[in-house]
Amino acid sequence: MANIISDETIEYVGILAKLELSPEEKEQAKKDMGSMLDYIDKLGELDTEGVEPMSHAFPVKNVFREDVVTNQDMREEILKNAPGEKDGMFVVPRTFE
Amino acid sequence: MSKQYETVIGLEVHVELATKTKIFCGCSTAFGGEPNTHTCPVCTGMPGSLPVLNKQVLEYAVAVGLATNCTITQYCKFDRKNYFYPDNPQNYQISQLYLPICRNGKVEIETDAGKKFVGIHEIHMEEDAGKLIHDEWDDCSLVDYNRSGVPLIEIVSEPDMRSAQEVIAYLEKLRMTIQYLGASDCKLQEGSMRADVNLSIREVGAKEFGTRTEMKNLNSFKAIARAIEGERERQIDLLESGEKVMQETRRWDDNKGESYAMRSKEDAQDYRYFPDPDLVPIVLDDAFLEEIRKKQPEFREEKMRRYKEAFDIPEYDIEIITGSKRMADLFEATVALGGQPKKVSNWLMVETLRLLKENNMDPEDIRFSPENLAKLISLTDTKAINSSVAKEVFEVMFAENVNPEKYVEEKGLKTVNDEGALRKTVEEVIANNPQSVEDYRNGKEKAIGFLVGQTMKAMKGKADPGMVNQLLKELL
Amino acid sequence: MNILEMTAVELAAAIKNKEVTVMEATEAVLKQIEKKEDEFHCYVTVDRQGALARAEEVQKKIDQGELSGPLAGVPVAIKDNMCTEGMLTTCSSRILGNFVPTFSSEAVLNLQNAGAVILGKTNMDEFAMGSTTETSAFGVTRNPWNSEHVPGGSSGGSAAAVAAQECFYALGSDTGGSIRQPASFCGVVGLKPTYGRVSRYGLIAYGSSLDQIGPLCKDVTDCAAIMEVIASHDKKDSTSVEQQDTDFTTALVEDVKGMRIGIPRDYFGEGLDPEVKSAVLKAAEVLKEKGALVEEFDLSLVEYAIPAYYTIAAAEASSNLERFDGIKYGYRTEEYEGLHNMYKKSRSEGFGAEVKRRIMLGSFVLSSGYYDAYYLKALRVKALIKKAFDQAFEKYDVILGPVAPTTAPKLGESLSDPIKMYLGDIYTISVNLAGLPGLSVPCGLDQKGLPIGMQLIGDCFQEKKLIQTAYTYEKARGAFVRKEEQNV
Repeated sequence: MANIISDETIEYVGILAKLELSPEEKEQAKKDMGSMLDYIDKLGELDTEGVEPMSHAFPVKNVFREDVVTNQDMREEILKNAPGEKDGMFVVPRTFE
Repeated sequence: MSKQYETVIGLEVHVELATKTKIFCGCSTAFGGEPNTHTCPVCTGMPGSLPVLNKQVLEYAVAVGLATNCTITQYCKFDRKNYFYPDNPQNYQISQLYLPICRNGKVEIETDAGKKFVGIHEIHMEEDAGKLIHDEWDDCSLVDYNRSGVPLIEIVSEPDMRSAQEVIAYLEKLRMTIQYLGASDCKLQEGSMRADVNLSIREVGAKEFGTRTEMKNLNSFKAIARAIEGERERQIDLLESGEKVMQETRRWDDNKGESYAMRSKEDAQDYRYFPDPDLVPIVLDDAFLEEIRKKQPEFREEKMRRYKEAFDIPEYDIEIITGSKRMADLFEATVALGGQPKKVSNWLMVETLRLLKENNMDPEDIRFSPENLAKLISLTDTKAINSSVAKEVFEVMFAENVNPEKYVEEKGLKTVNDEGALRKTVEEVIANNPQSVEDYRNGKEKAIGFLVGQTMKAMKGKADPGMVNQLLKELL
Repeated sequence: MNILEMTAVELAAAIKNKEVTVMEATEAVLKQIEKKEDEFHCYVTVDRQGALARAEEVQKKIDQGELSGPLAGVPVAIKDNMCTEGMLTTCSSRILGNFVPTFSSEAVLNLQNAGAVILGKTNMDEFAMGSTTETSAFGVTRNPWNSEHVPGGSSGGSAAAVAAQECFYALGSDTGGSIRQPASFCGVVGLKPTYGRVSRYGLIAYGSSLDQIGPLCKDVTDCAAIMEVIASHDKKDSTSVEQQDTDFTTALVEDVKGMRIGIPRDYFGEGLDPEVKSAVLKAAEVLKEKGALVEEFDLSLVEYAIPAYYTIAAAEASSNLERFDGIKYGYRTEEYEGLHNMYKKSRSEGFGAEVKRRIMLGSFVLSSGYYDAYYLKALRVKALIKKAFDQAFEKYDVILGPVAPTTAPKLGESLSDPIKMYLGDIYTISVNLAGLPGLSVPCGLDQKGLPIGMQLIGDCFQEKKLIQTAYTYEKARGAFVRKEEQNV
């Protein structure tokens, strides 16, 4: 395997992705990510010098909406699926400020 | 003698745009709604929802860019900035990193040190976050997404400023420009204009920049000035004691007059920006830019020059009046309706400013119309009301934008020009105040003032003081 | 004729002619669901009551002449990653196990306006990440042709439901082959439309630049009729496009004379099962006999599509799935200490292994220092792949090849080696990268009696050419039935 994924990298990616892996999952993740990256490294064989990165496969552009209020109060619906609700708001663990 | 240090400051200014709806959905941006009543699936990050750009946001952003001498990016895109925080419902903010809408601008500022340019690195469009409210009772936080998705532009300056004074001049300049464009009301206290200060220090003469910190939570010009001073001192102390300045984000506590670092190990500060695949590129042709350019208003400097030529009013008045787009518009409209410039200026400079101050309001909050101010001036010009009645009427007009003509009529405030009635009152006053009459006759000129006052009081203010004076002199 | 054997268009015609009522059709299919679900498990949610109530409502509208379209009254199944107002929508994930949307996806609304009766939500690979429907948090779906085998994925529940007659047609979504491959494995017709044809509003995103909703159905005629209903320009989806050439049913013409069909040699190389190869080439031969101009060519870059795809899809997914955080909807862990612990535990408990694998990979390829080398590189390769197709379509109307290298594998065979599983997508993935339409039509059975699919790929917005080619082939092929039925 050309790509060796370190414990630190897995730890770091876990922070970015907000995932907490068990020690076994971590080992597996290191292996999986390493082999996926080896596979992705195949792209390096292609000369892409001067090729524009393509986000959209064909050119759609300038899609806008007018500045007109179209939404009414839908608080009840918005809060319907919330795991925690209080006073019309979403409850979250205390955030430190 | 310790070393001499130079402060190097760059600003990131967030401005809330004055659109009716949010940047990517049709929810209202109005202030003051009950929590989460201005939300929808898009601005609360519901699964399956998709953003569509509000065209007005783009137009405002381009207008600000043109007014600050930026190059407009004619092929631009939105990117996602990924970070987890509850005020950010998708856990990514839609912003612009790779192709911001405006780049390479500059604005001229003037301080005691003279005139200089401050460079603008870029201006980008992005969405605001929701609000977190701390609930002491349950020891949790509550999220309100009413502000989530409100459009912002972030104006990033070059590190061109060297003092708090320059920073404030720069902010004033931006505020004035954006207010003139009508793109935002730019109120620091209410958060529609927010400034983060990037600051580093270096020895005078050094070529390299020092390590900078970013200071957040600055919601007044005074706080900005204090934070700059505080951070400069803190960095000097660190360097003098042989320590290093850490590149970090700090939060300013204006009550304590100190800042603290906002880092936590769960914040990796790695935002994994990439082009938002849910939005398509914005391609602006020259015609579009020309259209926006044509709509640019007369800005303050031009206005001041024009006022100086056109109106015979003091330079100080011009400075104050053009210092607010609202004020200048009001001035010009009232003059156009026939108000004599000098008088219009007086009403704005004296009574209006006094009432704004007393009520802790900004010129943007003025409610009375130029039509009503013109009418009030006309009432005084024709001596239909005297100046003290006029002031009284103005106060009501300031509060409720009443029509002064109607108000004067309804309340019966018109000056009594009936000489017979006035003569009778004056005679009564003379009869009831023998002491003052005697004083006057003994050469005490001042005593007549008291008698005028008594007459005005008896007339409930509805008399022309000049006429009263004349009658008194005649009868004495 | 047995109601369940009817195609969607046949059923709608029968309803119109008052030979069958909407209620009869709905009851028949609900009964079939009851009978078959234990074995195949195509659905996550079956909305029995809702379907019956809706059947009554639709019948009334048909009787009153308010509904007369070619799909009016036909019961349909919806993949569980499309929002349905008031109906559980889980993406087959624990993290959305209790999520009830407050709005419906545009494609579903379009179906409803055309008189569809929604039966329920079909099982899928969790968040559409997988090729077997085995990564679902709610159990595997089995292939109706042989229940020891997978139905394919990620729209495995939709494909299996059509094949098992547990619905008359279904909607699926396709990010890297997720409609075409299960269609191929289950012996049904599946179409991934051109990117932008069908609104993504209400589709819970996996890879936003690749996702597209499309039909899974019994034949090409149904496919065209469904496309006419779901294709729309939706102002709520910025990537949705103004529609042209949307009269798909006019392409139901038995004629391929002069149709230029290219067969990419790269699609018939190493790794392709010989039985699949021969079935697909035989189908190409049929089209040639019908007057199509068939020739081989080199498409190139085929082997780069998979690594480019997994980079792009994983990157977009890592961002798209950030919103599942235990705050606004879905699963929140029971116990936690503080905000970040709540995030991590909710997400780690809520997502399955394959989803976590792709989120981790996606977060990594976007992270500081790797963005250019991985993500931008993949977008550049995407541009090259698109260009290769552009060149091919200068010469051909349609590109013909297999859908997948093999027929449906056995349950449990694929998950152990992710890369091997990913390789199964080799013929479908580049179509998503280039935003093209791709159609899967059954073209044979292997020795085990499992279906084989042929893939037809068209240039952007050329769905009608695919429909015409597939329709002509289908007519020549005749009914597509099981081995044991073939000699009857």
